[in-house]
Amino acid sequence: MPERLGVPFPVLIKWKTYFQQTCAIVETDLRKLRHDPYELFTRMIQPAIWLLIFGQAMAHARAIPVNEQSYLDYLAPGILAQSVLFVAIFYGIAFIWERDMGTLHKILITPTPRIFLVIGRSLAAGLRSLSQVFIVYFLSFLLDVHLRIDFFSIFLLLLMVILGGAVFSTLSLIVACVVKKRERFMGVGQVLTMPMFFASNALYPIELMPPWLRALSKFNPLTYQVDALRDLMIVGETSHFGLGVDFLVILFTYFLFLAIGTYIYPKILY
Amino acid sequence: MSCQIGLKQDSEDPRKNQKKMKNHKNAIEAIELTHCYNEHPAVDHLSFVVPKNTIFGLLGPNGAGKSTTIKMLITLLPPTCGTAKVDGFDIVEDALAIRQRIGYVPQLISADGELTGYENLLISAKLYGLARKEREERIKELLHFMGLTEYANQLVNQYSGGMIRRLEIAQALLHNPSILFLDEPTIGLDPSARKMLWTSIRDWKKQFDTTILITTHDMEEADKLCDIVAFMHLGHIIRMDTPKELKDEIGKNATLDDVFIKHTGTSIEKGEGFSHAREIRRTISRLD
Repeated sequence: MPERLGVPFPVLIKWKTYFQQTCAIVETDLRKLRHDPYELFTRMIQPAIWLLIFGQAMAHARAIPVNEQSYLDYLAPGILAQSVLFVAIFYGIAFIWERDMGTLHKILITPTPRIFLVIGRSLAAGLRSLSQVFIVYFLSFLLDVHLRIDFFSIFLLLLMVILGGAVFSTLSLIVACVVKKRERFMGVGQVLTMPMFFASNALYPIELMPPWLRALSKFNPLTYQVDALRDLMIVGETSHFGLGVDFLVILFTYFLFLAIGTYIYPKILY
Repeated sequence: MSCQIGLKQDSEDPRKNQKKMKNHKNAIEAIELTHCYNEHPAVDHLSFVVPKNTIFGLLGPNGAGKSTTIKMLITLLPPTCGTAKVDGFDIVEDALAIRQRIGYVPQLISADGELTGYENLLISAKLYGLARKEREERIKELLHFMGLTEYANQLVNQYSGGMIRRLEIAQALLHNPSILFLDEPTIGLDPSARKMLWTSIRDWKKQFDTTILITTHDMEEADKLCDIVAFMHLGHIIRMDTPKELKDEIGKNATLDDVFIKHTGTSIEKGEGFSHAREIRRTISRLD
């Protein structure tokens, strides 16, 4: 194998190797999950609490005016996006853990270009987020939310959830590489999630916000994710910015975070 | 500050020299290799050569710069100034080529406890770009060589310390590297597991003509395992020779520890601070 390196690889073989390497990183994560699926269940609790308690209470109170829809219809996609965010944003602690263990050294020393390591990890986090789709759809069904069930919109919704998980886990990776310590990371994670959650349209329409918060929410990737999910998940809702814009904004954010993440990832070591 | 001045002088000259003296007999050539943490040099203008097919021991107390040296050679840490060639490739310019040719086992435990032994090897093989057929053959072969075949489908967090180490070395050998780096390979192992590991390492070297660089602060290990030993102290190599030569210099019944004391005035056991103790204990507690 090493002896062949002097000769330039044909491009195709090179990309096939990159693909294999990226898949290997995703596979690591999924295999771990198969050995220990426990966390998939614990992370279903939070969205359940939001929908069953907060959602039902607010729906009864009719405190938040949302078109002609029931508030639960409005809330369900927001909670899906929120739970993806909350799961993904703490994914980065794994990197600090791996750094303290030595697993990270071993991965960084393989001839895998850094960017594919970061893509692999973010896709793995995205795939993990799919468990949240399952629980939110299940609860929504019980709560008589008007779910939109057609192949195309569910496909796009899954894509958006994976992308959302990938975006926020890459952000989490960046934070982990900057703070480098578990305790500090937990603090920063909390500081990041709550403002992102509240400065978005997850719980209430943007029109209800004070102007400064409204302006801020336009720079929040979560806003665009919720906007797309609402369109794709609920009968009668249409996206505020347009589905195309939502996907473009999320993709652009992903590429931006990927670039920063790739640059900063090896620096977690020193 | 001293380091920055050094940078200008040293980064130019050595590379020019090196192109002239391309020597394929050497696995590693370090020239004025330097790394500074906050302008304090951890490795200070280090020049040395590791011939092919040897077991080379980098010996010294914690803080001597062993780990920093190894991290630069395996391309995890860029040098502040100076350079090195590993298997003929420059550590800064050809990092990817070097990664394809070397194997590395960190001091801390790098095998993934939440996966089985087989899965650990499988993932590594994929990351090294081995094709499917080759992959299965190599994994089978290495599991057998390391005596882990019957534990292949057990989760690694149920392995003993010695088994984890052997698995990690198997992981590092999957792609048949020409140089193997082992950072404190036997730390935290009991005596019988240590001896077993030494046998594996020596067997491997004999069978595949691999160059092996180990760091250790264990004098017995250096004596029994290494063909050449280099003493490191405060970022410099202060003495380098075969263990036998080094001991004979001092006199009959001398140990490598005596040699080290003679050259540095301190015993190797000293100077290990809190963070070192914590790392070792963490390693040990995970091994048990």
